Amino acid sequence: MSGHDLPAALDAIVIGASAGGVQALRVLLASLPVGFAPAVFVVQHIPRDRPSLLVELFGHVCALPVVEAEDKQPIQGGRIVFAPPDYHLLIEDRTAVALSLDEVVRYSRPSIDVLFESAAAAFDANLLAILLTGANEDGAEGVAAVRRAGGKAWVQCPSEAESPTMPESALALGGADAILRLDAMCQRLQGRPQ
Amino acid sequence: MTDESTHLFDLELKLLLEAVYLRYHYDFRGYAISSLRRRVRHAMTRFDCARVSDLQHRIIHEPTFFAEAIQYFTVQVSEMFRDPDYFRALREEVVPVLTTYPSIKIWVAGCSSGEEVWSLAILLAEEGLLERSVIYATDINPDALVKAEQGTYRVERMAQFSRNYVAAGGRGSLSDYYTSAYGNAVFNRRLTRQVVFADHSLATDSVFSEVHLVSCRNVLIYFNRELQDRAVGLFSDALIRKGFLGLGSKESLQFGAHASMFDTFVPAQRIYQRKAS
Ligand SMILES: C[S@@+](CC[C@H](N)C(=O)[O-])C[C@H]1O[C@@H](n2cnc3c(N)ncnc32)[C@H](O)[C@@H]1O
Repeated sequence: MSGHDLPAALDAIVIGASAGGVQALRVLLASLPVGFAPAVFVVQHIPRDRPSLLVELFGHVCALPVVEAEDKQPIQGGRIVFAPPDYHLLIEDRTAVALSLDEVVRYSRPSIDVLFESAAAAFDANLLAILLTGANEDGAEGVAAVRRAGGKAWVQCPSEAESPTMPESALALGGADAILRLDAMCQRLQGRPQ
Repeated sequence: MTDESTHLFDLELKLLLEAVYLRYHYDFRGYAISSLRRRVRHAMTRFDCARVSDLQHRIIHEPTFFAEAIQYFTVQVSEMFRDPDYFRALREEVVPVLTTYPSIKIWVAGCSSGEEVWSLAILLAEEGLLERSVIYATDINPDALVKAEQGTYRVERMAQFSRNYVAAGGRGSLSDYYTSAYGNAVFNRRLTRQVVFADHSLATDSVFSEVHLVSCRNVLIYFNRELQDRAVGLFSDALIRKGFLGLGSKESLQFGAHASMFDTFVPAQRIYQRKAS
């Protein structure tokens, strides 16, 4: 599984998903084994006006601890952090996250672009971005930013995605280091020791 | 991106914040960098500046330009009774304690265009406390403070505000408190007779009064940890013993330096109580 599509030293993974994302995330996140070292951050587009059930849902199916982000929460490897509804989730630096109420980006708060761009600035080459199914164009700029900063990006195979628009837009804008089906993503991630 | 362009961007950003501080005494140097980068990029696009230093040049030399640009340094998002459960907790858990004081002082720090202040004033009026309360409503954004004092909001926003008001345990109808005119809802000025609107920065100013309750919501998220510690230090100094501090729904004291000065009071709503000693 080693190779040019994974960072040599992987400290963090950022994941973006929209329509159809909960199903895809179920497959991907549940496959991450105990002892998985990188910190994992997820933006799944959700309604802005009610509490999110994602942490509860994924807490039951994941081997790794799952939490909702809080402002200035320290970053911990091997933990899955979800963006809360109606806040952008940003990576402040390698040690902490930040939240913001800045304006919605492409109709979304949380926005995938905002997470990915901030993570690119903080983790540069030690970052992997994964963009999954979705019916909008969020994430395309973010994927491009991650790659510009030297990180790697995987995009879900559009033919497998429940909504192909998001993966397709990202591929059109900035390309990807790998276009993968979910099961292939899981294998590659599990292939990383620790 | 240790890639050159971000490195230079951050360097120029640092210089810009220093320049703004030296020139206008607005101190954004302790703001969370991740969201500040984005806002400065927006300002650069908006004002057609290729580099941060171009923006800096105009900011230093054109004070009227700075007045416009400052809108990009701060985020003015607010709603009446935003997070209704917070206001419900104030009404049900905090008000009964406040009632025991002969007079009540409240500090709304970072009040933006006033939605939070007017919400609190309505809540206090309904609980019979408004007459003996003074509210200090502070912010660094002069435009926001003017709007806050006006208490005039677009009628389109009233549906959302009303839903929040009801969910927050409002005892009447939100429309009891405003009149509509020309597409605006104008709130009853009687509500803010006891409100002092003032320019005050959590980054550079000090404590100005003893208070029983500080409500500072979604302001600390824009600060880095050191500046958060400064701000919470001010709150801790301003609060009477057993006074209350309410934060935004995703903010908390647990990662900061002053956590041990406070007890959690309504943990889910991020309402804390200053310890007695
Ligand atoms: C997102 S608004 C929060 C409005 C309101 N508290 C609410 O929760 O609805 C953030 C506010 O913090 C203000 N602010 C930013 N820096 C500040 C500082 N150093 N001192 C005081 N207020 C500040 C901004 O001008 C803005 O009005």
